[in-house]
Amino acid sequence: MSTVKGSHILLRHRDNPALSTFEGYIKDGGFKTWKQVVTRMTPEAVVNEVFDSGLRGRGGAGFPTGLKWRFIDKNNWPHYVVVNADESEPGTFKDREIMESNPWQFLEGVMLTAYAVNANVAYIYLRGEFWMLAAELDKQIARLRKEKLLGMKLFGTDYELELHTHLGAGAYICGEETALLESLEGKLGQPRLRPPFPPSFGLYGKPTIVNNVETLANVPLIIEKGAKWYRKFGTEKSPGTKIFSLSGRVAKPGNYELPLGTTYGDLIMTHGGGIPEGRKIKAIMSAGASSTLIVADDKALATPMDYESVPALGAQLGSASIIVIDETVDLKWLVDKTVHFFNHESCGKCTPCREGTYWMNNITQRILHGEAEQKDVDLLKDVAMNMKGKCLCALGEFATEAVVSSIERFPKDFKIKAGAKTIAGELKVMHD
Amino acid sequence: MNALQTKYAKEVKAILAKYPDDQKRSAVMPLLYVAQREAGYVSRQHLADIAEIIEVTPTEVASIVGFYTLYHDQPEGKYRIQVCNDLPCAMRGADAFLQGVCENLGIEVGGTTDDGLVTVEAVMCLAACDKAPMFQVQDYENITYYEEQTVDSTLKLVDKWRKAGAKKK
Ligand SMILES: Cc1cc2nc3c(=O)[nH]c(=O)nc-3n(C[C@H](O)[C@H](O)[C@H](O)COP(=O)(O)O)c2cc1C
Ligand code: SF4
Ligand code: FES
Repeated sequence: MSTVKGSHILLRHRDNPALSTFEGYIKDGGFKTWKQVVTRMTPEAVVNEVFDSGLRGRGGAGFPTGLKWRFIDKNNWPHYVVVNADESEPGTFKDREIMESNPWQFLEGVMLTAYAVNANVAYIYLRGEFWMLAAELDKQIARLRKEKLLGMKLFGTDYELELHTHLGAGAYICGEETALLESLEGKLGQPRLRPPFPPSFGLYGKPTIVNNVETLANVPLIIEKGAKWYRKFGTEKSPGTKIFSLSGRVAKPGNYELPLGTTYGDLIMTHGGGIPEGRKIKAIMSAGASSTLIVADDKALATPMDYESVPALGAQLGSASIIVIDETVDLKWLVDKTVHFFNHESCGKCTPCREGTYWMNNITQRILHGEAEQKDVDLLKDVAMNMKGKCLCALGEFATEAVVSSIERFPKDFKIKAGAKTIAGELKVMHD
Repeated sequence: MNALQTKYAKEVKAILAKYPDDQKRSAVMPLLYVAQREAGYVSRQHLADIAEIIEVTPTEVASIVGFYTLYHDQPEGKYRIQVCNDLPCAMRGADAFLQGVCENLGIEVGGTTDDGLVTVEAVMCLAACDKAPMFQVQDYENITYYEEQTVDSTLKLVDKWRKAGAKKK
């Protein structure tokens, strides 16, 4: 049986580093579930267990995983599984740790998912920067073939499965699932119009399940130990644990796997060691650069991080990449950074996003260089508001979140003094 | 069989085998990485070769090169130091680090050293935000991460490359 200490379901390698080797993973009971499932369980039973666990997608949107699997079109074949390992949201570095340090559990999760939705091929789409990681995964996949855990006629049944890695080449938009599929098909990584959604029209026009790395890494333990066991972690509506990537102005940045429903205060102040040098916390970004800025008051710090509670703060749980902002950070500078990112990453397919991010960046640069007047702040907000609801994919919406929320919730930062250049707080390097 | 296909026969075959027979186009990204191994960029000849292998036009392959940041259509420094100065890293000193590296190498961000060895670029988040300042190095063969760096450790790395290069000559 797989050993679980505390709330480490995914980061189990931190308690048992041997899990990163094939032998160590096998010794801990790894791939027993895989054999059990292929020889004794129906695909429907696997889907039902994941459905009952209440697992929700960890890539950002939080869609119930079992429900997505049920949507796969059973009248159109073949089926594919595509793993979203594009991990490019600023502030997010959890999928990388899973794949680097607990790869076999991740791969077993991918395999179980493929079986559950009757797919014989699964692609792992990694951002191009994960080059070394992909090379390791290729070796691990080859090992699984050698051990006859992948390939034809698995365990004497008629089921066969192949896994392949596919490297992207530096484009944030390829994390959006339909852009990812286009990219995997060898086309420009630009989003498709939806519907149809991937479970009916996905890779090569075939029914496809796209899931995030962290989502799938949960699956082996859910199947082995059951939905009821899984629901012991987290809250009623947000079961399980979540890896919180903690970054920014905090003493101990890093990944923390904690039950959903842990408070912001607990993560930042207790686990993260608080803000260095006795400075005060000012704002929290809850889901990387795509999120609004939350005013970090007592109420926010007491808020549980789960799918239901975070929206009450005017934010989203999303990928749960928490960026901590202290009192020395000027939000004019911060907004210029996020806008620059989205302007760089806009795929250019639709006008409101392409033009909007360009103009926003133009204005934030002027503000930063002390060439702006107060009315330019209004203009910046106007441009952002005009993008809302008009873009083809969520990137356009993401680009407006930090802008609008900073201006509305931190008006002091946006009082323009003529000719005053913005300074990025201190730029001292901080190490633990 | 064109030049690329002949030189990397086994690899090209393995790449094509990953995708359905009627979906050769999916091989474009891995094939571009193979091409870039020669001199760190995709030449016109490579475009034509890849186009022939996957049965599309060279213009279509060129559009893919243009879309993604890790493909290059121009030769630059043998080592591309790609420093992340996105928001989380910038809050941990990445901008100052980037400036420091560039000043010491006597180049601007985006520039290449006189000996053609090193190009320094600013890039977006690399999923290592807790280990800033950090960068990746893209050379002809690989992409390697360097985390928790200082200007000094970076200059030492450049020195090591310079010495290795001098030995080869
Ligand atoms: C602009 C944009 C970028 C995204 N980037 C990622 C990403 O890097 N990784 C990821 O898993 N999901 C990303 N997503 C979400 C995916 O579109 C999709 O919802 C997810 O892969 C589904 O998997 P899940 O249900 O397991 O979360 C992104 C979405 C958008 C709009
Ligand atoms: S919203 Fe932006 S990223 Fe999304 S399709 Fe339109 S241009 Fe591309
Ligand atoms: S912001 Fe630099 S690695 Fe994420």
